[in-house]
Amino acid sequence: MSQGILVFVEHRDGVINKTAFEAIAAAQSLGGELAQVVTVVLLGSNVGALAEQLAGYQLAKVISADNPKLADYTPDGYTDGLERVIRDLDPQFVLMPHTYLVRDFAPKLAARFGKSLISDCVRAKVANGSVTFTRRIFLGKIDADVVADGQAPIFATFQSGAYRGDQAVRGSGAAVETVSVEVGEVRMKPEAPFQEVKQAVDLSKADVIVAIGRGIKSKDNIALAEKLAEALGGDLAASRPICDAEWLPIDRQIGSSGQTVAPKLYIALGISGAIQHLVGMKNSGTIVAINKDPEAPIFDIADYGIVGDLFEVVPTLTEEIKKIKG
Amino acid sequence: MMKQVPSKDAILRINKESTWIEEGDLSFEVNESDGYALEEGLRLKEKHGGEVVVCSLGPQRVKAVIKDALARGADRAIHVVVDQLTNLSPYGAASVLAAAVRAEQPDLVMTGLQSDDNGFAQTGAIMAELLGFPHATIVIEVDASGPELRVKRELESGWYQWYSMPTPALLTIQSGISQIRYASLKGIMAAKKKEIKDVMPDSEAIGRPSQQHIERVYLPQKSKQTQFLGDGNAKAGAVALAEKLHSEARII
Repeated sequence: MSQGILVFVEHRDGVINKTAFEAIAAAQSLGGELAQVVTVVLLGSNVGALAEQLAGYQLAKVISADNPKLADYTPDGYTDGLERVIRDLDPQFVLMPHTYLVRDFAPKLAARFGKSLISDCVRAKVANGSVTFTRRIFLGKIDADVVADGQAPIFATFQSGAYRGDQAVRGSGAAVETVSVEVGEVRMKPEAPFQEVKQAVDLSKADVIVAIGRGIKSKDNIALAEKLAEALGGDLAASRPICDAEWLPIDRQIGSSGQTVAPKLYIALGISGAIQHLVGMKNSGTIVAINKDPEAPIFDIADYGIVGDLFEVVPTLTEEIKKIKG
Repeated sequence: MMKQVPSKDAILRINKESTWIEEGDLSFEVNESDGYALEEGLRLKEKHGGEVVVCSLGPQRVKAVIKDALARGADRAIHVVVDQLTNLSPYGAASVLAAAVRAEQPDLVMTGLQSDDNGFAQTGAIMAELLGFPHATIVIEVDASGPELRVKRELESGWYQWYSMPTPALLTIQSGISQIRYASLKGIMAAKKKEIKDVMPDSEAIGRPSQQHIERVYLPQKSKQTQFLGDGNAKAGAVALAEKLHSEARII
C-alpha cells in the first residue's frame, strides 16, 4: 500500500530554493499527524552536496536522483526523473512548493498518473486520518476546502509562505540514497537564465510607496496618485495590469514578477490584491487599502481600509496630508 | 484555448450549500491571460500565415467569448459543450480539450497561464502531455522565425530564460506579452459568417471521477484586523486616514 510523503526540492546554481524548506515543514507537520514518514527528492547531475545539506533535517531519507540530462531543468527531464522515483517509492502524498518551476512540470507529472494537482494550497488540515487542503480561488476572494478522491499518490503544491521554512525540523542525519534514473528524450533546449538590464528604479529602499492597480481606470488618472506620492515624499508603483498596459514602466511593478518591497507605508489604490501582488508587499510596515470592493483580498492584509471611490478619497487625502505636514 | 470566467469586478456570492458561488446573475468575461494567448496567435498568423482556431469549453454562455475572439480576428471556433463545470478537474478539462484539438493537427496550441476563477494553472501542461507535445509555461515572447520554436519564459524575481523546442508544441502565455487589439466594427460583422463547431465530449471522459472535489467554500479569514474608516463616506474616510497616519501610525 502506498505510504509516506515525498517532497520535491528545487535548486538552482548549487542553492536550495527556500520554498523547499516550507514544503518540508508542511510535510513534517502532516506526516506527524498522519504517522507517515517524510522523504525528500532532488533531481540533478552530481548534486550530492545539496543532498548532504538536506540530510540534516528530520527525514526518513534523501533521494538524489541523478542523470546528466537533469543537469539543467527541463519539463521533459524532470517529469521522467520524478516519475521513476515516485513509481519506485510509491508514496501516498507528493508535496511541492507552487513555484514557477513546479508549475511548469508538475501538471505533466501528475498527468502521467492520470491525475491533476491540488495546486497552490494555503494550508492543509488532518481530520480522521484524511487531509483537507485549502485553495484560494477567484483571485484570492474565496477559500475552498478540497479533498482528494481516488488512489495515491495525491499531488499537492503549496503557495509560497503557506508554511514557514524556519520551522522545518532538523534531525540527526537522514540517509542519502543516490539513484541513477532513466530519462527519455528531452525535447526542450534551455539557454542560460538571465536578468533584464538593471532596473532603473529601486523601490526596495523607498519609505513610502503609493501603488496603483486596475481601479485607476485610465492613464490620465495616474496624476492623482502621483500628487499623493509627492505629498508623502514617496514613490509611485503599480500592480501588474498597469505595467502590462504600459501606463507605467515595468520597473515600477510590485509582485512576484516585479520588485519585492517593505516600505514603512504602502498605500494600495484600486488594487484588488491577487496573491502575485501581495507576495511583493505584504511585509510593509503600515498597509493602507482604498478600494470600491469591500471583499477585495487587499483588505485582508491592510491596517487601514477605506471602502470607496478612490477618485473621491485621494484628492482629499492629499490635501489633508499637506495640511498636517504644514 | 480560451476560458470564460466571472468578471473581475463582479460581486461574488457564495451559494446556499456553500459549495460554489451563485452563478445566476453573474457577469462573465474572457480569462485575462487567455486574451493574450489569442493576441499572440493573431500576431503569429500575421507574421507567418496560417489559421487561428479558438476553442472554448463550457455551457452556451461561452459563445460570447468565442464570438469576441472571432471578431478580433480568429478564423473559426470549436465550442466544447459542457454544461456542468463544477468539480471538473484540470485533468478532466484537459482530456476533453485535447480530444477536441487533436483532429485539428495544430502546429501550436496556446493557453493562458492560469484561470482567474479556479486558478489551477495546469490545464495547458496536462494537455501537452496528453497530446504528446513539448511545452513551455509562463511565456512572454515567442519567436517562430527559426526551424524550431524559441520562447522566452518568465522565471521568478526578474529572471528570464529562452527555450527552443520542435513543433507541434504547447505554450501557456503570461499576461502582458503584447497589447491586445480591440475588435473592429468590420471584424464584428465578419465574425457573423465564421464557423463555430459544437463538439459534444465523450460522456465517459466528463463523468470520470475528478479525483479532487470541493467540500466547502467560504470567505478567507483575515490575517490582520483592518480599521475601516469613513463608514462609506469617502471624504470622511480620507480625513480620518490622514489623522490616523499622523497620530496613530506616526508616519506623517
